[in-house]
Amino acid sequence: MSTATAPAETPDAEKRDAPLGGRFIGATANYIDERTSLSGFVKELGRKIFPDHWSFMLGEIALWSFVVVLLSGTFLTFFFQASMVPTHYTGAFLPMRGVEMSAALDSSLRISFDLRGGLLVRQIHHWAALVFVAGIGVHMLRIFFTGAFRKPRELNWVIGFILFILAMAEGFTGYSLPDDLLSGNGLRIIDGMIKGIPLVGTWISFLLFGGEFPGTAIVGRLYTLHILLLPAILVGLLVLHLMLMVINKHTQFAGPGRTNSNVVGYPMMPVYMSKMGGFLFITFGVIVLIASLFTINPIWNYGPYDPSPVSAGTQPDWYIGFADGALRLVPPGWEIVFLDRTWSFNILVPLVGLGLFIVLVAIYPFIEAWITGDKREHHIAERPRNAATRTAIGAAGVTFYAVLWAAASSDIIATHFYLTMEGVIHTLQALLVVGPVVAYFVTKRICIALQKKDREIVLHGYESGRIVRLPGGEYIEVHQPVDEYERWKLVDNDGYEPLVVRPNAHGRIPWHENLRASLSRWLFEDRLAPLTQAEIDAAVAHQHHELEHIAAEEDVELQGAHARAGVPGAPHTPIDDGHHSETAVRPSNVIVSDDGARQPVNPDEKNS
Amino acid sequence: MARETKRRSNGRRSPWAAAALIGIGLLITGGAYAGASAAMAAGTDTAVASGLTVDDGKKLFQANCATCHGLNLEGSTTGPSLYGVGELAVEFQVSTGRMPLQATAPQAPQKPAQFTEEQILAMAAYVQSQAPGPTFPSEQTLDGEGDVARGAELFRVNCAMCHNVAAAGGALTEGKYAPALGTTSALHMYGAMVTGPQNMPVFNDLTLTTEDKRDIISALLFLQQNESPGGFSLGSLGPVSEGLFIWIFGIGGLIAITVWITAKSN
Amino acid sequence: MAHEDDPLEHERASWNPSPGLAVAVSDPVEPPALPPHRERVTDKDPVAMKHAVRTVYTLFYLSVAASIWAIAAYMLFPIESGAIVDIRNNNMFVGLGIGLALLAIGIAAIHWSKAIMSDKEHIEPRHATRGRDTTRAAAVQAFSDANDDSGFGRRVVIRNSMIAAVVASLAPAVVLFRGLAPENTPANPIAGDPVALLEETMWTAGMRLVHDPEGTPIRAADVTLGSAVHVIPESLAELGHAEGYLEQKAKAIVLVMRLLPEDLIESPEKADWSYEGIVAYSKVCTHVGCPVALYEQQTHHLLCPCHQSQFDVTDAAKVIFGPAARPLPQLPITIDDEGYLIARSGFTEPVGPSFWERH
Repeated sequence: MSTATAPAETPDAEKRDAPLGGRFIGATANYIDERTSLSGFVKELGRKIFPDHWSFMLGEIALWSFVVVLLSGTFLTFFFQASMVPTHYTGAFLPMRGVEMSAALDSSLRISFDLRGGLLVRQIHHWAALVFVAGIGVHMLRIFFTGAFRKPRELNWVIGFILFILAMAEGFTGYSLPDDLLSGNGLRIIDGMIKGIPLVGTWISFLLFGGEFPGTAIVGRLYTLHILLLPAILVGLLVLHLMLMVINKHTQFAGPGRTNSNVVGYPMMPVYMSKMGGFLFITFGVIVLIASLFTINPIWNYGPYDPSPVSAGTQPDWYIGFADGALRLVPPGWEIVFLDRTWSFNILVPLVGLGLFIVLVAIYPFIEAWITGDKREHHIAERPRNAATRTAIGAAGVTFYAVLWAAASSDIIATHFYLTMEGVIHTLQALLVVGPVVAYFVTKRICIALQKKDREIVLHGYESGRIVRLPGGEYIEVHQPVDEYERWKLVDNDGYEPLVVRPNAHGRIPWHENLRASLSRWLFEDRLAPLTQAEIDAAVAHQHHELEHIAAEEDVELQGAHARAGVPGAPHTPIDDGHHSETAVRPSNVIVSDDGARQPVNPDEKNS
Repeated sequence: MARETKRRSNGRRSPWAAAALIGIGLLITGGAYAGASAAMAAGTDTAVASGLTVDDGKKLFQANCATCHGLNLEGSTTGPSLYGVGELAVEFQVSTGRMPLQATAPQAPQKPAQFTEEQILAMAAYVQSQAPGPTFPSEQTLDGEGDVARGAELFRVNCAMCHNVAAAGGALTEGKYAPALGTTSALHMYGAMVTGPQNMPVFNDLTLTTEDKRDIISALLFLQQNESPGGFSLGSLGPVSEGLFIWIFGIGGLIAITVWITAKSN
Repeated sequence: MAHEDDPLEHERASWNPSPGLAVAVSDPVEPPALPPHRERVTDKDPVAMKHAVRTVYTLFYLSVAASIWAIAAYMLFPIESGAIVDIRNNNMFVGLGIGLALLAIGIAAIHWSKAIMSDKEHIEPRHATRGRDTTRAAAVQAFSDANDDSGFGRRVVIRNSMIAAVVASLAPAVVLFRGLAPENTPANPIAGDPVALLEETMWTAGMRLVHDPEGTPIRAADVTLGSAVHVIPESLAELGHAEGYLEQKAKAIVLVMRLLPEDLIESPEKADWSYEGIVAYSKVCTHVGCPVALYEQQTHHLLCPCHQSQFDVTDAAKVIFGPAARPLPQLPITIDDEGYLIARSGFTEPVGPSFWERH
């Protein structure tokens, strides 16, 4: 960096003869740049291009709601006491007055009832946490279904998945802090699950709770996790996640001018900055509005945790629901005594099953890369229909998760739909097995059908709704061609073939190569081979030829009609010229005026 | 998009016309129905029978209840004996509409009462006279001036596992349920605790003293009379309704907003 | 991270990723160029632009007003009276003010970016993620030089002993966390033994059953047919919260119910565990520990609300539905000479959720 005093000699973009923003801004910018090399940063990122699509903003839902969680949470830490020392509530809320409870619940009640705006911030914090995890969920779904986890973004997928788990952990530790009846029963359930783990379960429970359940330590320890350890790891990984996104640049959907080697969109300053900043404020505002109008986690109804009472309708927050549902769906009696030890399969099967599911999702990019053998960089987001098998696998996974999630509210489903809880649970047990299979099959077929429809439109145009009668008497519907921009979006260029296995150096084909080949056959069966430019040129030419032919027929008809109406010289205004759309009820070009004379109407006045 | 459709301005009905017509039609028929049923409800004839006697109760009983409960309260294959149920149970069951039972079901649902309060008291007096059982409580027990905090604690230990901590109701086995208590009267709270209707356990005065019951009733009345401090309670069903709400309205709304943000300005 | 401007960098021979085994399409479809820019109404019509500008700054001023309203609401809606309706109003009005203030800023910023800011699309080339061959060679050279300078690669013994030392240094840190749980003490020789702690409860022979939470004793005659009474041991009721009340309660809660004696199916060895149709079962669910408290007096079923396990009280509380695997442990009861319910003995098996060492 130059240290010249004359402004014209410094290379900074901010310093000119008439400095941008005035002399003060110019001097400040120079001061900072001379100490931090900020100008390099601004040059790289200031006008960085980001592509624009609504589905690219789902990650921002998560990011901005996390900001809300952080801000509201910081406020709460000034008032919350993470201690289980027993005390008596002496505040404003009558049904809790005089009740013996931990300092944690006491301080939470005081925040809610004895601090102006305290209840608002508590509710903002909890609602924002729900939005945060949900935002990560929809963002992950978008990444999965558009294949944005492919090279070079596999690592970012894993980081993002870990962020999802951390967010769930943050939520769980957070709502357990007030030490109320609902979250206390949740901790009891966690304790029971941990105790069921072979070999180390009893000891892990003992260490976690600092002795017997519930102990006097757990709230303090969860607090340490909730405000120190987990947020630190979360923020660190989040920064890494965003840095990778900046380095790799964002993916974009296929479109005119967009290739695998460029990014088309708007610059960071000013457009993206204001869209992102605006969305931050909107997310924040929506959460605050919800928090001012809707109650969440009414701890004053639950009261202090005690092992004796329990509420009907005991569920965890929504993002833990799939685990609770998994526990509920286990049939009775899944426990054996073997080798003088108790094997609690009613705990282990859900734990291991969910663990497997989570691991599979986390390593999916690597599985798909291994099957396809595709080592290219992919920067075009695929339309889900064009990756039929992957989309079907995703639909099956979502169905599996959704059935478990629904199972967590089995008792509420029973009361609200006048069903027996046994019927609900049995149905969900069946759906857990059958649902993903059916979802896979149906989704795959729908994707392939949509691909065929897209191809139809590219090759034959879209159905315009206009019926034309040909001289032979047959009726046809006119297909209008799509323009080249639309056509490009409907064409998918990725060509995949199933792997051909080759013998290795020893002349053998190892079993894992055979497995890989059969998986890639499964992945790419029923694929549509991509169109070639030649095919498209031929199709477009054919479409135009058809249209000309139809136009000629139409001309003849119109001429005949005009002849019969007595105005053979009237101009032939095409009914659909590509700019004025067809209407079902439309006056003819010819109008009989009052004096009986037949006048052609000026076509320009007609088409308004 | 490639095509820009022009607005059709020549003689074509608006696409909203059909929806508007259906909406207006629904409003008219719905409004007429509501008005008619309100008029009918208002016109309920309050029987001029003032001060019905035990004998009137007996006649009402024999006309409406004896088929299942026997002419002498001895019960039958279709209904249990009413010996010792007391006037409290009769008032509870008939006044909440559970009796007369409409059909066999997992449990007797509440429905509009089929008798006036005087008729119910007469039937209750009759049953009480045949075989005494639990009686009506004192005024003080139902006054709602008990210890709300203690009552809430007793409610959580004895009642919340079926009825939910905020009295929003809950599920029992095989299609049965513990109802929500948001509109239950103090007398019916007392009556249910003492008589243990259907599968609800019996809470006699040694399990829960009269003072305990007064406190529980006071706590429930407090819940009924005070709205949730945090805003709409979403049914007080806990994380399930909160999760549903945030997904449908929170995420749904935010995604709708992202579509707006990234749509091209016209 | 700072790339030099080289738009054809990825075409050069140095950037040559292996395509793996995927297939390249022959004669791929040619992508069209960027479509021509379509003017917005604010670009074409200066009145519309003025209207948009006005909308934006009106929204910003509205936001200011909302923030002022939020502060005013904070002062106008005090909560110190303790009335619920005051808290509700404060929550709602302060919240609406803040929420609207934030929303207005957001909507104004979005409208500005959509309608007023330039919507010209830009194209930026991507650079290969992989470093250039020269860069990579330099990186390899850096490691190689460091290796030569340190002798790390050659000196195997130094390297292995270093790894061993670093790994070993973590071990004491892990061991420190044993302190998360208590150790045995002279006063309580099983304080640090989780299995022993799980196997004992406060119930002993002769311990009176008392109401939860008041602590008043219960006569057998008080428990009428159809009753469900929540019960704790008498000595628990005298324990303070600081003395382990909740920890003992978590194992000692019991539910007492009365059925008709002829409805009870009892095995001969447990025939004297009930008293004239009164039975007592542990209230801790054998699934994962929630209180099993929903008693249906006509069906004699006990339902746990957490995961819907169901137990049949007529038949030793065996599991008839749901994920629980073991019946509820029964507390043997009888009466003392005053007619109060007492335990014959403690539980004969550990209560609550299963654990590895249970059998």
